[in-house]
Amino acid sequence: MSAAVDVREVTVTLGGARVVRDVSTTIERGEWVALIGPNGAGKTTILRALAGLVSFAGQILVESRAVAASTRREIARLIALVPQHPQTPPELTVAEYVLLGRTPHIGYLATETRADRLAAERAIARLALRPFAERSLGSLSGGELQRAVLARALAQEAPILLLDEPTSALDLGRQQQALELVDSLRRDDELTVVSAMHDLSLAGQYADRLLLLDRGRVVAAGAAAEVLSEASIASYYGANVRVIRENGSVFVLPQRETS
Amino acid sequence: MVIEERTETPTFRAKRCSLCGTEFGCAQGEPGCWCESVVLHRETLAEIRELAEDCLCPACLTSFAERDRGEAPAGRATGWAKAVPHTAVRARGVSPGWGLGALLFVLGSLVFALAIGPVSIGAGGIVESAVSHLPLLHVHSPLTTVEEAILWQLRAPRVVLAALVGGMLAIAGSAYQGVFRNPLADPYFLGVAAGAGLGATLAIAYAAAGSGAGELLPLAAFAGAIVGVAGAYVLGRSTGGAHATGTLILAGVTVAAFLTAMQTFVQQQHTQTLRQVYSWLLGGFESATWHDVALVSPYIAVSATVLLLHRRILDVLSLGDEEAASLGLDVRRVRLLIVVAATAGTAAAVAVSGLIGFVGIIVPHTIRLLVSTSYRAVVPLSLLAGAGFLVLADVLARTVMSPSELPIGVVTAFFGAPFFAVVLRTTKRIGP
Repeated sequence: MSAAVDVREVTVTLGGARVVRDVSTTIERGEWVALIGPNGAGKTTILRALAGLVSFAGQILVESRAVAASTRREIARLIALVPQHPQTPPELTVAEYVLLGRTPHIGYLATETRADRLAAERAIARLALRPFAERSLGSLSGGELQRAVLARALAQEAPILLLDEPTSALDLGRQQQALELVDSLRRDDELTVVSAMHDLSLAGQYADRLLLLDRGRVVAAGAAAEVLSEASIASYYGANVRVIRENGSVFVLPQRETS
Repeated sequence: MVIEERTETPTFRAKRCSLCGTEFGCAQGEPGCWCESVVLHRETLAEIRELAEDCLCPACLTSFAERDRGEAPAGRATGWAKAVPHTAVRARGVSPGWGLGALLFVLGSLVFALAIGPVSIGAGGIVESAVSHLPLLHVHSPLTTVEEAILWQLRAPRVVLAALVGGMLAIAGSAYQGVFRNPLADPYFLGVAAGAGLGATLAIAYAAAGSGAGELLPLAAFAGAIVGVAGAYVLGRSTGGAHATGTLILAGVTVAAFLTAMQTFVQQQHTQTLRQVYSWLLGGFESATWHDVALVSPYIAVSATVLLLHRRILDVLSLGDEEAASLGLDVRRVRLLIVVAATAGTAAAVAVSGLIGFVGIIVPHTIRLLVSTSYRAVVPLSLLAGAGFLVLADVLARTVMSPSELPIGVVTAFFGAPFFAVVLRTTKRIGP
């Protein structure tokens, strides 16, 4: 069985700067991999490269298919991307917004079939958005909006879900709920998840594997317990933290330096 | 089948709803299951069996029954009832009410415009005369020969041309606004106006004396418009990059400024043509003929059809280039296709009517404010409302100061702006 995503020596150059350098990794089907690292480490760029939105040197295979040689539509049927700041036209209803996720399955100039509407309906029901289906996006709270964006990605029915900072706009409780939701979607729908994450404790608890990036390179990879250490966070993030290991979980707590 | 009352209770097992994933108790088709009490249409039940993989929870099944209720006689669903996922999920598009209203608006304004003029012809006579021209129907026109000539050779081409141009400008405006995600975009956005203006000025200035600019003018204006947009597109594309739409807009401004400078120069060199150039720039349908209608119809038909077919794609583009691309669109190619279609139609409209402002911006925004911001509604309704709006504007242009004519651009702005202001003040919604 081949891997869901195979990244081989990928380098991305944007505006003359090499923002991703020689990144290689293999992501198995059903795995959740979190990309962590300081701002500007290249997390978002790697996600964009996976989704074929930025040109790169090297090779990316998604479900054994080369991203660089695929059409936009072919990629969109395999990979759903939830950007950090999605555009959510305030006038669209949740139902209309989720239906847009069906675009890769709808003929270019065609309109949705009943099957598309049912797929959108399933995604809406799955994310408990039924009561909001006819509400406009502009009337939703941050947590509801996040679920609507996830529903749109789910309606795409792609086996791989890319999440760019999925919880950055949410409060503590909503962060946990959103990640639990992603985890249950991953289990039920056998999705492969790749997410860029800022919160290291959450990343460690939800992802199977962490890739720590710094200035475009993978500097550490593995389970949370291996990757997250006070020394590595101090050197890559320039942060003073305490790392607490308890019941198999790793907690990263920022600590103010006292002189 | 009649369900008898039973005293024994069936065994309910935990199951997940095929639709919403909620856990619920199901008797697996045994008599006495709760689902027997849900009344559904037979057709609905058949639909359910075909579409859902397994049983649905009480909430989902009930929502189905509620949908069925109020419709014609309900058959009693018995035994193992599976409910269809209710497919209320749909994009709004054009509601029958708004669609019908827009059609009536167009038809009403056409008949009204045909009836108005120095020689008054009744609406009934117009309809009967129109029907008498249809094949296979033996209806005699109640109009005199003179009235027939006034109606069909003078007024009709003018009214039909105004409808075609109005519909085209409005639908092109809606498409430009969508493709550039810019509420201020109008059909003249990318250099159409400046290019057509230069083409027309050249034709008027250099047309061989005697032959006049008559035949040449529309062609020159059309060519100028196409050259203007092509120039803007090539310039904007070559410097392209991440901010593609912004670059293209700036390129349009650049090209327009350059072409306008050339046009002004040519105009100043031929001051005797100032009046003619000026009256062309203001636009109008004073000299409309069936020939003009035949000239522009193919362009407008193709252009409007292409734009209508892109109404869903325009909604996808409203998510931004990056997200539209991640949903499988080749954004650059889509944008080019829409710009080409909108430009070809606009250029044809401009070629026969001059530069009529305001239609392409006010009509789509009025639709947005009144109906919906989804392009599924904005694009088709703009076509219809734009046609009716310009027909009525043309009626004012030729009647207000009769027998002399007002430039139609003055009318569209003078009456359109206050109307838009009222719409803006009385609705809470804001443009795209």
